[in-house]
Amino acid sequence: MTDQAYNFAYLDEATKRMIRRALLKGIAVPGYQVPFASREMPMPYGWGTGGVQVTAACLTPEDTLKVIDQGADDTTNAVSIRKFFERTGGVKTTTHTAEASLIQTRHRIPEEPLRADQILVYQVPIPEPLRFLEPRESETRKMHSLEEYGLMHVKLYEDIARHGEISTAYAYPVKVEGRYVMDPSPIPKFDNPKLGGSPAIQLFGAGREQRIYALPPFTQVVSLDFEDHPFMASKADHDCDLCGCSTSYLDEVITDDRGGRMFVCSDTDFCEARRAQGHRGRLSPEEAV
Amino acid sequence: MYVATKGGERAIDAAHDWLAEARRGDPAIPELSVAQIREQMSLAVNRVMAEGSLYDPDLAALAIKQARGDLIEAIFLIRAYRTTLPRFGASLPVETGAMAITRRISATFKDVPGGQVLGPTFDYTHRLLDFKLAAEGEVQQAGRKPADDQPAPHVLALLDRDGLMEPLAPSAAVPGDLTREPLEMPADRPLRLQALSRGDEGFVLSMAYSTQRGYGRTHAFVGELRIGSCAVEMEIPELGFSVEIGTVELSECETVNQFTGSKTEPAQFTRGYGLVFGQNERKSISMSLVDRALRWEELGEEDTGAPAQDAEFVLYHCDNIQATGFLEHIKLPHYVDFQSELELIRRLRKAAGASEREAAE
Repeated sequence: MTDQAYNFAYLDEATKRMIRRALLKGIAVPGYQVPFASREMPMPYGWGTGGVQVTAACLTPEDTLKVIDQGADDTTNAVSIRKFFERTGGVKTTTHTAEASLIQTRHRIPEEPLRADQILVYQVPIPEPLRFLEPRESETRKMHSLEEYGLMHVKLYEDIARHGEISTAYAYPVKVEGRYVMDPSPIPKFDNPKLGGSPAIQLFGAGREQRIYALPPFTQVVSLDFEDHPFMASKADHDCDLCGCSTSYLDEVITDDRGGRMFVCSDTDFCEARRAQGHRGRLSPEEAV
Repeated sequence: MYVATKGGERAIDAAHDWLAEARRGDPAIPELSVAQIREQMSLAVNRVMAEGSLYDPDLAALAIKQARGDLIEAIFLIRAYRTTLPRFGASLPVETGAMAITRRISATFKDVPGGQVLGPTFDYTHRLLDFKLAAEGEVQQAGRKPADDQPAPHVLALLDRDGLMEPLAPSAAVPGDLTREPLEMPADRPLRLQALSRGDEGFVLSMAYSTQRGYGRTHAFVGELRIGSCAVEMEIPELGFSVEIGTVELSECETVNQFTGSKTEPAQFTRGYGLVFGQNERKSISMSLVDRALRWEELGEEDTGAPAQDAEFVLYHCDNIQATGFLEHIKLPHYVDFQSELELIRRLRKAAGASEREAAE
């Protein structure tokens, strides 16, 4: 079948309308998980079908799309999703955060602050922040409607009692506008502070679990914590070995079998831009030559 | 010197070329045609149609070829294709009582109106490898006899007349559509049956087996298992009457379950129901057992906490396309999450080490 056999951005218009309705509801009730009739997509569940459907419903032919996975534009699944929209939508794509009008992401928020004319679409595996405390959907929906979040606070408290700190490193739960507890998708908690007060629209799509939720611009998002154990964003205690940045989130790379390590920005576009501006790190290629 | 990994795109293209080559296998061996798969791998084709929720033997055979015989992958191909198809409407309910039967058995009565028909079954074959097949011998034609014109009404309907069977009230309600609405709990019986009908054969089989071994025991008899072709009719609004648009092969199983009554229901036999595309009796029998187990609440039975009684557990985990996608997604990079876990574990170990040193001092 030729690619022309499919509608713009793959989904038919009726399906897009259904998704847009769910998105509007999500925007109107920030942090609330809206059930939607997720479709089977030509990529597997768990590989970004929710994000892909949200992107397909938002994309216009004038958009410029960026797709990242783990912060990088060239990880295999990011490449695959970007190609999918190049094929089915013919849209312009970019790796530069600033040039993109729509960014689909898995597990990271770009380092560069987003603007009001940008949409960030998250791929979400398990949208329910209470899922690992209560496996039943019928129960967790009740807990959300009654604002019954005691179980979550007990879990966080028990973490502190056992380990001296909250032992959640990613997918760290947040409270949205003082109402819904929300799973920010498996971003490292380092990224949590960027969720709140962002000028960009943030949309979350969970395909397999058939849920959409959203953060409208400038929404209050608070990472759950206790007064005497305040939330702390954390990252590896290093600078980037390529661009020298001391404030970006880092990937750890094993370089040999004798314990050799290097640390590099997980946001590849951010790191490349800094190097282009002349910033250098401990192991920058120019110095190694 | 480490340089950020580039070339994901080239790697993907090369992997796909390799896949195509591996799919074809040794080019010295003649290639399988889609028609060969359709005709000679028909039970695989049936499974792909049933779990792919699309009745098209040619497309199912193509999917099996493309998927190198991986049936879950083939089902996935069919599902992804199916969602792109426009919907013109819904057919009338198929009349399984008027089925052109190729196989029909009842385990509850020695003989039934319309008779028992063994049909093309593996039952009673001795599972000995047939080495003649390796030599690709000619198949002897089976005996022929004209079809009976005797009607074969549903066996359970015969029990129903004596009032021993749980009555089924006819309903004009339009059933929900699992593929067009998000699945929400509690799910009613039509939705549960839809999910089971497209659910993974292995999962539904194991769930059914667990009820037989005592996890939510319902003691089922196969009241009737019938396999054959049914006409599909659709009402065409412009015409004002219904026309036959094709036929589908179906496997239908109705189980009779012992039931001694509860606070709300008198002692009677109760039903489990299974309906699946194609000849697929293992699946249709399994489905009817699980259907019956899931009905504990409406029949006022005790919740024993068995997995097969738990609609949320069964329905959220029976779809193999959802399951395999999520399972296999852990192959995707998780550097970022793993990195944050690494930091956490190092920090916790450091803190534990510090407090141990303090204690030692």
